[in-house]
Amino acid sequence: MQNLPVYMDYHATTPVDARVLDAMMPFFSEHFGNAASLQHRFGWIAKESVDIARKKIADAINAQPKEIIFTSGATESNNCAVKGAAEANRSKGNHIITTQIEHSCVMESCRRLERNGFSVTYLPVDAFGNVSVDKLANAITDKTILVSVMTANNEIGTIQPVSTIGKMCAARGILFHTDATQAVGRLPIDVETMNIHLLSFSSHKMYGPKGIGALYIRSKNPRVAVTAQIDGAGHEYGMRSGTLNVAGIAGFGKAVQIAMEEMDVENERIFRLRNRLQEQLLKIGGATVNGNCAERLPNNLSVTFNGVNADQLMTEMNDVAVSAGSACTSEETGDIQYSRVLHAIGLDENAGKSTIRFGLGRFTTEEEVDYAANRIQSVVVQRREQTEVVYNEHQI
Amino acid sequence: MNNSKHHIYLDYSATTPLDDEVSEVIRMHLRDTFGNASSIHSFGRTAKALLEENREIIARSIGAETSEVFFTSGGTESDNHALIGRALAQRRTSGKDHIIVSAIEHHAVLDCAEYLRTLGFRISTIPVDQNGYVHPDEIEKLITDSTCLISVMHANNETGAIQPVKEISAVTKKYGIPFHSDTVQTIGKIPVDVNDLGVDLLAVSAHKVYGPKGIGAIYIRKGTDLDPILHGGAQERNTRPGTENVPLIAGFAKAVERAEQNRDTLFTSALQFRTELLGIITSSCKGVINNSSGTQSLPHILSISLDPSFYEIESETLLFNMDLRGVAVSSGSACTSGSVQPSHVLMAMGRDIKTTQTTVRFSFGKFTTIEEVKSAGNTYCSIVQSFLKPSIV
Ligand SMILES: Cc1ncc(COP(=O)(O)O)c(C=O)c1O
Ligand SMILES: Cc1ncc(COP(=O)(O)O)c(C=O)c1O
Repeated sequence: MQNLPVYMDYHATTPVDARVLDAMMPFFSEHFGNAASLQHRFGWIAKESVDIARKKIADAINAQPKEIIFTSGATESNNCAVKGAAEANRSKGNHIITTQIEHSCVMESCRRLERNGFSVTYLPVDAFGNVSVDKLANAITDKTILVSVMTANNEIGTIQPVSTIGKMCAARGILFHTDATQAVGRLPIDVETMNIHLLSFSSHKMYGPKGIGALYIRSKNPRVAVTAQIDGAGHEYGMRSGTLNVAGIAGFGKAVQIAMEEMDVENERIFRLRNRLQEQLLKIGGATVNGNCAERLPNNLSVTFNGVNADQLMTEMNDVAVSAGSACTSEETGDIQYSRVLHAIGLDENAGKSTIRFGLGRFTTEEEVDYAANRIQSVVVQRREQTEVVYNEHQI
Repeated sequence: MNNSKHHIYLDYSATTPLDDEVSEVIRMHLRDTFGNASSIHSFGRTAKALLEENREIIARSIGAETSEVFFTSGGTESDNHALIGRALAQRRTSGKDHIIVSAIEHHAVLDCAEYLRTLGFRISTIPVDQNGYVHPDEIEKLITDSTCLISVMHANNETGAIQPVKEISAVTKKYGIPFHSDTVQTIGKIPVDVNDLGVDLLAVSAHKVYGPKGIGAIYIRKGTDLDPILHGGAQERNTRPGTENVPLIAGFAKAVERAEQNRDTLFTSALQFRTELLGIITSSCKGVINNSSGTQSLPHILSISLDPSFYEIESETLLFNMDLRGVAVSSGSACTSGSVQPSHVLMAMGRDIKTTQTTVRFSFGKFTTIEEVKSAGNTYCSIVQSFLKPSIV
């Protein structure tokens, strides 16, 4: 292997594509203007590049440019969508429906709302990580104002029936938000046909820079009301104040453009590599794949290796960068001492703590896949032999 | 029309170009240090180490403990965090619901105060004198038993007036009320030390000091009770969730370091620029009103209004003509809505609306030359003169 360690944690974050970097650099020096400086050309140039990026990003999800507001990332987008929509629509009701497997920023935003008098239903998921549309429908009350269900999960890759949920929410007159952070650029998203009202995503999950994200807010059929979460000089149509991160936005726009252009070809390649990895890992024995194998992100692979502690495995396999779950778990995990998502799909603590998440990406090669599979096999086998020895000694 | 190559840029208070050294640091880390700082593998640990190293640089530059500095997406978010975070925490714990802000705060503070008003908080506004200064005794008059935060900026972004922050903190300390100061315009330009100034909360932004846009920090003095305003992961010690923006943080720290090295030189040159420009303008234009005439002010800013009885002009026309003739300046107030609002800062200083609407803010920076200043001054004067009322000519 030439480039060690191997990076296989593309759900946590992705490297910036060189083309994206090139698109960003001019906005640090030559075109450094403030996009709100509408009184001179330094500002106009900055604003123009923001407009161009906004258009590219809107196009990617079939939205209008004015429906896209820039944020500092998906965490902020999700906060703004969930808390902002709840606050703005409070007169209509105080009930929110979400799932048990949302990212911590949706989860914690909901918890905050609960402390402020909202009531939240956290829907369970089945063994594959899917929410049941029937259960969702049954959870709706006349107080329900918002449904938030992620498009695809960041740990097990399961893709939710977003279109079906969207259609149902539209029919019932309830707002539908989806956290599409892991999905945009990997799955086709169309806010019109999917009946989405609010959608969050982040640049650094698609080969763009960190610290920039977007929130789609539907402007008609219906016009969605959201209370701004960051106030000030009134940037972003009053929805999000603060000097725009022009370089980041330019990079984000380029990243989205590339992801859309290359999605089909890239997905095929990644899909093949992921399956190759999966096959090799399953050969180890005592390994099970988590998630919904039929409806799963093409780059995701979550595997439980029976009898092997994931943390130990990762420590010993320090030349392959993978993770045991989400990089940004919150403190408030309650009683569960392992991944909330794995718990929700029915894994017990032992299985949960024996699970590794692989995330493949644009720069993953076949050679890396084979290398990683080999390394894991040898470490897993070794670990199991050791525990076996300990176990046997214990018996004697 | 959109070529800015030979344009003179005198709007450094709006934003600044990056130092080459800063953009190089960012480029390098965008390319190489991409790990998620919360990941435990080597990519993550490398990013984490860089993050903490740069937190230390920022902390040191303001005399804070490393554990008191939290990265945000910029000055606006930091101000929001200070006001809303403080208000919500107090409502939860002590029931205190009164906040005092100066009349000349940036919109990032004022609009939060307005938002909090809608949530039932009581907001008091500290007036300023005609030169744009807050007087500490005015604050004392407003303090009540339920006051939970006082916010007065370090230097104003429109006039450059440096507020008596130390004297103010003497008052806030006397009453044991946390004190927030927006130092977005002062960081890297004049000394900012949290203990010397006596502040409990402080907002900073990178892009006003030759750093990148979209990154800033909030200083939270140990023991100051504050709720987060964003909810999610445990990043920034449970204070600010979201994947850490490590490459821009590295650029931010580099920019602050560089700004401090150049601080005194730049202060001196800015002083020279302002004197020169003011000289040109007052010697060739009638009815000039200097909004930056206070003795304690940032030399980087010169705000000029015109006596409306002399001129038939509004700043929008003036600025447009300035740009056509190659000089980029601003009116100093936010124009995100597309139309220029009368400046709340100048209004608070007692100027009438018509006067505020003639205002031009010149702001200087490290790439400004004396020739540019002279040229901008002459351009300004010749445009202004062409709008003199016939009765005056
Ligand atoms: C599904 C999902 N939502 C939200 C986020 C938060 O994104 P960001 O780090 O850009 O705030 C992440 C990644 O961390 C994610 O995977
Ligand atoms: C005094 C002051 N506070 C806050 C801000 C907002 O900072 P940012 O642009 O980083 O959001 C600015 C600049 O726009 C400012 O001048």
